[in-house]
Order: sequence, then C-alpha cells, then structure tokens
Amino acid sequence: MNAIKFLWAAYIATWVIHGLYIGSVARRYSRLRQRMKELRK
Amino acid sequence: MKRAFPILAVLTALLLTYSTYQALVVAPTERTMGDVQRIFYYHVPSAWTAFCLFFVNLIASLTYLLRKSSKADALAVAAAEVGVVFCTIVLITGPIWARPVWGIWWTWDLRLTLTLVLWLIYVSYLVLRRFSDSSQTPKLAAVLAIFGALDVPLVYFSIWFFRTQHPQPVIGNGGSLDPRMLHAFLINLFAFSCFGAMVCWWRYRLELLHREVEEMESLESLRGVTQ
Repeated sequence: MNAIKFLWAAYIATWVIHGLYIGSVARRYSRLRQRMKELRK
Repeated sequence: MKRAFPILAVLTALLLTYSTYQALVVAPTERTMGDVQRIFYYHVPSAWTAFCLFFVNLIASLTYLLRKSSKADALAVAAAEVGVVFCTIVLITGPIWARPVWGIWWTWDLRLTLTLVLWLIYVSYLVLRRFSDSSQTPKLAAVLAIFGALDVPLVYFSIWFFRTQHPQPVIGNGGSLDPRMLHAFLINLFAFSCFGAMVCWWRYRLELLHREVEEMESLESLRGVTQ
C-alpha cells in the first residue's frame, strides 16, 4: 500500500484549499478598502 | 482588538507549524493503516472546526431572528462561509483516506451522506446570501441555518446509533490511543480551532466592511439623485 502519496495528497489538498480561501478573503478585503478610500474622498 | 489580529495570526501560524510537525513526524505510525492514518490529524480537527463554526452560525442566526442585530447576521455569514471551507476539507480528505484503507473513494454510508447533506445545506445558505437581494433574505437564511444546524448532531451521532462503515471514535467510548498520537491529535484540534476562529474573525470584519461600503454607496447614489 503506497500510503504516503495519499497522505501528501490530503495534506496538500487541505492547505491549497485554505490558501485559496485566505487569498480570496485578502483580495476582497483590499478591494473594499480601496473602494472605501474612494468613497471617502 | 484590530491590533491584536496580526500577533494572533502569527501565533496561530506557529501553532499550525508545530501541530503539523507533531502529526507528520512525532506521532507513531499506525500498525494496520500505516502513514495514511496521519490524515486523521487533519480530517477530524477540520470536522470539529466546521461543527463549531456551524454552531456559531446557529447562535448568530437565532440572535438575528430575536434581536434583528446586523452584526449577528454578519457573524452568521462569516461562520457559514468558513465552516463550508472546513467541511469541504473533510469531504476531500475522507475519500483520500478511504481509497487505500477501504479500497473505494466513496460509499453512501450514513455518516458520509449526512456530511454531504450538511455541506449542501450550507452551500445553499451561501448561494441564498450571495444572489438574493430581498430584504427578507437574512430572515430566510437564518431559518435555513437552523435546519442546517439540526444536521450537525445527526452527523456526529450517526456512528453511535447506526451501523456504519465509518470508523468508531477512538477517544472515549472504550477506545484507546497511543499517548503520542493523542498528544498530536489534541494539538491539531487546538491549532485548527484557533485557525478557524482567526479566519472567521477576519471574514466577519470583511462582512462588516462590505456592509459599510454598500451603505456609503447607497448614500452616494441618493446624494446624486437629490442634486
């Protein structure tokens, strides 16, 4: 049983999903901050 | 509180690094499943964190229904979204573990099916929040959240009350775990809970900012109409 490749697949999947989600929150956050600055001008 | 966020984020990142080291290096290899058992250190804490976030969503939804609090509604959205991310990880790491151990990726076992239903309920919740503009949307979503939360105990207790293929709990209920495995598991449980709380907090702040921007935009457009 080549278990190690399944372990790495699960590990990579976990952190890729978290990374993508955190990236999406960061992008949305910076876009809204920018919009807020524009509205306050 | 805003100033504490970067410090807490760094501490959470350090805790996650330590918990990963514990899971991949320190915890002993399980005798029958081998290294694939280490998925347990991600899978179970992810499920736990998703359940906690869905519970936060339930409390926030009930608060919204009772008090019409906009902040409670924002917290409900944040907790549901982050909960769905953790639940997605549960639904992905589970089959990756099942393939070498059971020989199949998926089976329509009660716990697996109920977890998929739970994920679908909260995805519907997020779709409703994203695409409905009605003023009744927060109320409808809060009611949907209550139905979603009812599925959480069903998922948890399904392996206790029904014969399922999913492994039985190894902590409590007569099960036993090597102390080093238990240590790695508890560290991961704590690290994932902190990580979930941090991401939910950040998403909550994003939701508040989004509402503030929307409010300012509608004021701006009103000003444009009156001029």
